[in-house]
Amino acid sequence: MSDITEDTVRHLANLARIALTPDEVSKLTGELAAIVDAVEKVTAVATPDVPATSHPIPMENVWRDDVVADQLTAEQALTGAPDHDGSRFRVTAILGEEE
Amino acid sequence: MTDLTRLTAAEQSALLGAREISSVELTHAHLDRIAATDGDLGAFLHVSDIALTVAEEVDQARAGGVELHALAGIPVAIKDVLCTTDMPATAGSKILEGWVSPYDATPVALLRAARLIPLGKTNMDEFAMGSSTEHSAYGITRNSWDRTRIPGGSGGGSAAAVGAFQAPIALGSDTGGSIRQPAAFTGTVGMKPTYGGVSRYGAIALASSLDQVGPVSRTVLDSALLHDVIGGHDPHDSTSIPDAWPSFAEAARRGAMGESLKGLRIGVVAELDQPGFQPGVSARFHETLQLLAEQGAEIVEVSAPNFEYAVAAYYLILTAEASSNLAKFDSVRFGMRVNPGGSATVEDVMSATREAGFGDEVKRRIILGTYALSAGYYDAYYGSAQKVRTLIQRDFAAAFAKADVLVSPTAPTTAWKVGENLADPLAMWLSDITTIPVNMAGIPGMSIPIGLADEDSLPVGLQIMAPAREDARLYEVGAAIEALLDAKRGASFATLTPEYDGGNR
Repeated sequence: MSDITEDTVRHLANLARIALTPDEVSKLTGELAAIVDAVEKVTAVATPDVPATSHPIPMENVWRDDVVADQLTAEQALTGAPDHDGSRFRVTAILGEEE
Repeated sequence: MTDLTRLTAAEQSALLGAREISSVELTHAHLDRIAATDGDLGAFLHVSDIALTVAEEVDQARAGGVELHALAGIPVAIKDVLCTTDMPATAGSKILEGWVSPYDATPVALLRAARLIPLGKTNMDEFAMGSSTEHSAYGITRNSWDRTRIPGGSGGGSAAAVGAFQAPIALGSDTGGSIRQPAAFTGTVGMKPTYGGVSRYGAIALASSLDQVGPVSRTVLDSALLHDVIGGHDPHDSTSIPDAWPSFAEAARRGAMGESLKGLRIGVVAELDQPGFQPGVSARFHETLQLLAEQGAEIVEVSAPNFEYAVAAYYLILTAEASSNLAKFDSVRFGMRVNPGGSATVEDVMSATREAGFGDEVKRRIILGTYALSAGYYDAYYGSAQKVRTLIQRDFAAAFAKADVLVSPTAPTTAWKVGENLADPLAMWLSDITTIPVNMAGIPGMSIPIGLADEDSLPVGLQIMAPAREDARLYEVGAAIEALLDAKRGASFATLTPEYDGGNR
């Protein structure tokens, strides 16, 4: 059995930057516990002698020449921004009052 | 005059080349079909308002004697996961409502370079998380075979559009079956290429080690023609395979000649042919195997014992990668911003935005992925899942030592009813058991329609799998099986499609 509690879910939601409502926290706690129990079976065959695969088609050292390519201009990059000052993204305060 | 929308892209291409029809006529026919059916079907999130202008330009170029690509002037639908500069790209999420990309995804840019006509953007489960297209923030898509059923997912919009003759071909993306399972449910063809075979630049990422863009169509040849356009190396995608690829259309045409099945070793994966599958699905699958054996194919049973762990490992890897990929939706650079007011910091705004912008399934998967990656659990969950991935690759390697291609039903069931699996997320996840191993190993997989299930008269798909980089083999074998079934039926599978009397858009 998993050790998922509402505190766990609140902690994860904070890490993931999602302001879950108390109802969502309660619903997700039950769901996550059931899901974690179901996926735990991977540990049964993942013995130390088996190497991990991170990438299905192995490739190494994918480089390109260090030249300016067809990248976005600052103007293009700002087109979809919720708020900007013409050259930079604009956001609210980075630090809270107590920080 | 024949209904142009009923023709395959290859047939439409021949008529365009012979100047018997214009691209404007062809595009008009599809826009009319969308207008007449999509109010109920719900395949499109956005219909292009410049499609006819683009078609007119192609017609003028053709009239002017410009050498054009075979698919120039053919309409194509695009899954909303792909960035487009002339239409929004939302990935089915509220957080990207109305967002228009400053650049085209590479597969889209390649479509434009070959002068195909983008018709619109198709519906999908939010960020491709789902197997039914019920998790879109913009409403469901129906199945044109039975409007009370789902079209599969996450690419239900592209499959439904092609199946309902709104577009001859479409682009999809497949992370755990999102091209193949909707193809099976809508009686269409869907191909997930080898990982790295088609550029993912400009495809809004779900799980980067699993995602792959691919074609959707009504015939194997049409998918091959489209794959020839979108495939190949792209320096913008560092996972893109630099090798040269053979012509997939040639492979499909070779397969349709009828000689490809003799002596072909076809492996049946025991773990993907279970007694628990819907009887009508199993019946069509075994009938097809019998038919292939009669054509001289050698049917061999293979075993893949670690597939049992594939779904569990997949959902750990997918959620871990998705939680990281979706961190980019931070209310700063693009998409929605919700300010909770007061002296909200950027983090408060971020959290409020993601709470308002993401749907339930997306939140569920981000939370699970965050858990799987968190300190103390990483080795047990993400680390173990990556080891399972190695074991699945080994199972495939052993199977391909005995067989040239592997086959299974594409999905354990036919299309289920709208709402049927929504209450139980785990049940929905388990429905992907047949398609997930292919993504875990990075190999190519194709679904082709093989008949209708007796219980519900709904389409059944055959999944064909080949080793990595052997996409051409799938087109050859897929076209061979398709030709065999068409000959037996005396007509193409698409002719079985019931008339869809959906409402106006």
